[in-house]
This record gives sequence, C-alpha cells and structure tokens, in this order.
Amino acid sequence: MLGLNKKDTMFLLIVIALTMATPFLMQPFSEGSALAQFNGGYPDLMAKVAIFGIFAIGFNILFGLTGYLSFGHAAFLGVGSYSAVWMFKILSLNVFPAIILAVIMAGLFSLVIGYISLRRSGIYFSILTLAMAEMSFRLAYSVFTPLTNGETGLQVRPSDVQLLDGPNAPEYPNIFGLLISDSYKWEVAGHVFTFNVGFYFCAVIAIIAFYISLRIFRSPFGMMLRAVKSNQNRMSYTGLNPRPYTLAAFVISGMYAGLAGGLLAVMDPLAGAERMQWTASGEVVIMTILGGAGTLLGPVLGAGAIKYLENIFSKINETVLHDWFAFLPDSIEDVVVFILSRFTGHGWALTLGLMFMLVVTFLPGGLVEGGKRFFGMFKRKPKEPDDAEHHPETPPHVAE
Amino acid sequence: MGILEVKGINKRFGGLQALGDVNLSVVENTVHALIGPNGAGKSTLLNVLVGKLAPDSGSVLFDGKSVLGRKPHEINQMGISRVFQTPEIFGDLSVIENMMIPCFARRDGSYRMHAFETVGSEKGIIEDAETMLSDVNMLEKRDMHAASLSRGDKRRLEMAMCLVQQPRLLLLDEPTAGMARADTNNTIELLKHIRDSRDITMVIIEHDMNVVFSLAERITVLAQGTPLVEDTPDNIKGHPKVQEAYLGETAVD
Repeated sequence: MLGLNKKDTMFLLIVIALTMATPFLMQPFSEGSALAQFNGGYPDLMAKVAIFGIFAIGFNILFGLTGYLSFGHAAFLGVGSYSAVWMFKILSLNVFPAIILAVIMAGLFSLVIGYISLRRSGIYFSILTLAMAEMSFRLAYSVFTPLTNGETGLQVRPSDVQLLDGPNAPEYPNIFGLLISDSYKWEVAGHVFTFNVGFYFCAVIAIIAFYISLRIFRSPFGMMLRAVKSNQNRMSYTGLNPRPYTLAAFVISGMYAGLAGGLLAVMDPLAGAERMQWTASGEVVIMTILGGAGTLLGPVLGAGAIKYLENIFSKINETVLHDWFAFLPDSIEDVVVFILSRFTGHGWALTLGLMFMLVVTFLPGGLVEGGKRFFGMFKRKPKEPDDAEHHPETPPHVAE
Repeated sequence: MGILEVKGINKRFGGLQALGDVNLSVVENTVHALIGPNGAGKSTLLNVLVGKLAPDSGSVLFDGKSVLGRKPHEINQMGISRVFQTPEIFGDLSVIENMMIPCFARRDGSYRMHAFETVGSEKGIIEDAETMLSDVNMLEKRDMHAASLSRGDKRRLEMAMCLVQQPRLLLLDEPTAGMARADTNNTIELLKHIRDSRDITMVIIEHDMNVVFSLAERITVLAQGTPLVEDTPDNIKGHPKVQEAYLGETAVD
C-alpha cells in the first residue's frame, strides 16, 4: 500500500492508530484521582508533541541519515512561525496559506544557510550552523524589527487587513471556518477526554510527515544519505558528489522545521525570536538522540517523552512536593523537598540533562534501543550459534 | 598513444620534491605496475591521477582529455576507478547496498535522486549488483553488514564496486598490503580473472614482487620522484639500475 512493503504498511498503520488515540493514551488517569496530575491529554501539550515530533522527524533526515549535526535548526522553526503569522495578518486566518508559506520560506532560508554551512563537515559544520542561527536570532531582535516586531513578538491584531477573509470570517486561526481552538470533551467513567481540532490537524500533518520520512528512508536517495554518513571518500571515488545529497537533506529537514514552526503559530498565533535561540536548536538534537537517531520512530518518541516530562515536571513545585512527603518528619521532609525541588519545577532542565547522560551512556541507540532490549527479554532466546565468528551480524534494519 | 599520458608532472611538498618530471604512458588494456622504494612518489602520482592532489606543473591526459583540475567524482565519471590501500567501502551498509551505489552512480550521476522510489523496486540495479557479486564469488554474503566482512572480502567487495561501473582504467594502490598469504593469492587470482575477462587497463602500485611479476605487462620503476626505467617484467628483473635502487634481494632468489 502507498508504495510500502507489508512490514512498513503495518508499521505506518500502527503509528496512525497511536497518533489518533493520543487523547486516550495521554489521559490514563480519571479526574480527581491522585494521579490526575500526570495526565497529559490536553490539547496544547498533545499538539506540541505532534509539532515537535515533526521537527525531530525532519531533523533526523539530516542528522540520522547523513550524520551532519546541525545546531541551527531552530532558525528555520522561527522563520516558519514568522511567515505563518504574517500570512495570518495579511492574507487570511485560514491555516493553509500560513503553513504553506512557512514551509516555502524555511526551505529557501535553509537552502542559503545549507549552501554555506555544507562547505565544511564535522564540527565545523555544526559551528557554522550554530553561528548562522544565532545571527538570525540576533537579527530578529534588531535589524529585522519591522518584520519580527522585536522583543514583543509578532502577533495578529484586530486592525490587520486579512485580504481574503470576508467580514464575518472567524477572528482566530481556522480550517475553512472550523476553529483550531474548538474542542469536544467526552466524559466517561470519571475520565475526561478532549478532542481538539488543532491537535488533530497537527496529528494528520505529523502522520503525513512521518510517511514522507518513511519513503525517504526506503528510497535510493535515503540509501545515498546513509552512504554519505558511512564513507564520503568512497562516494566521491564512485563518481558521486556528496554535496547535492547533503544539501537536499538539509533543505528537507529545514522545511520540516518550518512546517513545525508554522504549526506552532497555528496553535497560538504569535511568533517570538526566542524560538530561534540555540537552546531551541539544542532541544531538537536532544530529542532525536534520546529517541534514537537514524531510526524512524525514535525522534517522535524523543519529542513525546521530553514534551510530556517537561510538562509534568514543571508542574511539581515545592508545595506539591511538601504535599507528597507530608508523612515524613518535618526535618527530613524539608531536606527531601529541598533536594527534589532542584530537579523539578524550574529545575526540570537538570533532570533532562541527567536523563540525557544516562541514555547516551547506557542506551546509545536511544529509547528505540531500550524498547528493543525490553521486548527482546520476553522473546525465546534463539540457540547460540556454535561459532559466533562465522555468523557475522546482519546489517541493522533502519525501521523500528 | 596510450590511454593514459602523464607528461612532465612536478609536485613539491615544501622542500621535498615528491615528483620530478614524471612521464608515463600506459597502453590500453594492459596491466602496468609502478614499483619503487618507500617515498618514491608512487602514491603521490596516484593521487594526482584521481584529482586528490593538484600537481605544480605537467599534464595528465586520459583518453585524450585532461583530468587535471577536475574533482574526484568527475574523474571517476570519465572512467577511472580507484582501489585503496585500506579498502574503502560503505561499512554501515549491507554488501548488496554497497554494490548498488556504484550502479546508481553510473546510471544517474549525482543529481537524480529518486527520493520517492523504493530501493526494492530498482530491479535492473539489483540484478547488475548481484551479477557482479557472483562474478567475485560473494553472492552468498549479499545481506551481510559490510563492516563485518574479512579483510580479503572487503578488498574483493571494493574491487567489485569499482568493476561494476565498467571503468576503462582501474588504479590499484597496494591491493595486497597487510594481507595473509592465502588472501594475497586469492587477490592475484581475482586480478588475473579481471585482466583476462574484460577490456580494462590497470595501473597497480605494489610492494609484493610476486604480485607484480604475476600480473604486470609493463613495469615502471620510480625512485625519488623520478621514473628510473620502464620495461617488461623480464627485463626489469635483470636491470642493474633497478637492482641497485630497489630490487636487490628479490632478484637474487
């Protein structure tokens, strides 16, 4: 189906099912129960998971396949957001012109930055992309203030023209009249499930993005990208210029980032320069590596895990902690709360850092490898080959 | 006139004259060996031929066209392939994928990328790759991870990757360096098979005289960046200048 073999079709169907069921999966605890605070099934968070999933899927096409580590992809995310908001201001509050322009602008921008940065490889490439992105960030704050509205950020105002919208058009981003912010709440047995237009819009686009990435992984082009990572020297002596391939991968991943940026603006029609900062670029690197670089599902898992945990951990402040440890004697409680509060609330980044270190050290293949090992424990062990040296490993499959 | 004409190549690295006025003519469909003591400039010359190094002066004509100033991938597209001293293969890919990449390169070049087809649907490419693999007796290893191959198999794979492009000139940089005796003999057999079964010109750099004398039809001896003599293997063996510069012990036994 859709140009995929049986295994990949199944894989895609599972991904579609999981994505569509997110409002249930992320809302496992009933309202009012003590665990309700670990629910993540609200539209804003779910949409963020989908959006950053798209961002990481695109980043993985560059980093996972070619091995070129860009530290500047947030610049394209920012360009996407600004473009989308400009479309909202000038043309229409319909989401389609906005995300189309976001993808095109990010693509053009990444073509320029990629063309310059890809003259070098390895650490020099990373530094060049980092420098370019920081430059974009600073410019958005200063020279380009007329375009970006500087520190305040770009937003939609009632006075904006919206050339295509009629007098009765909605005042909020919409899909041909259907408001992005519309939600349907379903209450059943103490559970509240929220089905939000914005989330499902992002989810459908994320599935399309995932499908495109799957096709790229399975294509001759994807194979060439893996060849770039494996041995550029052999590639040039085989009559192939690696540059067009890496540039194409760079632009594709830039367009994914622009799409993600556009969708962020769709969910909340506001664009600020901080979206382009290097910390945002670093975040997508962490997502991809945490989930498993070079795997199809890894980046999505990484994005989901980080966004979910960020949300949960940020909510746990000292009051909540005192609540939890109220059963301890006061003096011990204070110490425990003091230590734990360094890792929660505003200290969430510390937890993320520790988590990242543990994964990189013990699970270099990321969460995907963790999952494989976990499920591998339940499988029947195949009989040990009698002579390991003469049963060399088969190449790792790039799925899963 | 030979298929490869090297004229007056000079190359200096700082104070070292790596190549001094090198002239070389390689006749089409022959095996031409370059020998010489360490530091004679053999590898430097090879790097000039494939576009990795630019010479200070001189000219290199392949089939009447200049190769100087072209990038390695452009020179490869002219019909020159290179086998490296340590096999350069795509270690992260499977053997069959390693073979498919040169097939794609030959068919499509660098700019037709096929992002929306699947590798499995490229029947013609897979067939070419498999035919070449069976030609070098590696078909049963088609799905293995290339990095896990033995040294001899890596070399075999690299040669197959070069040959599947049907190059007119194959450059080999010490193809048996660091190999065990058995692997060396296999490589000699493979090279003989290649030489006798297709129209191909080979330039081979080698230290192992056994390899050189069982394959080469012409031999050029380089010393200190300059060609000393060029002749047939039999004449080279007895040449006093060569014995003095290099062969000494080998020629005696």
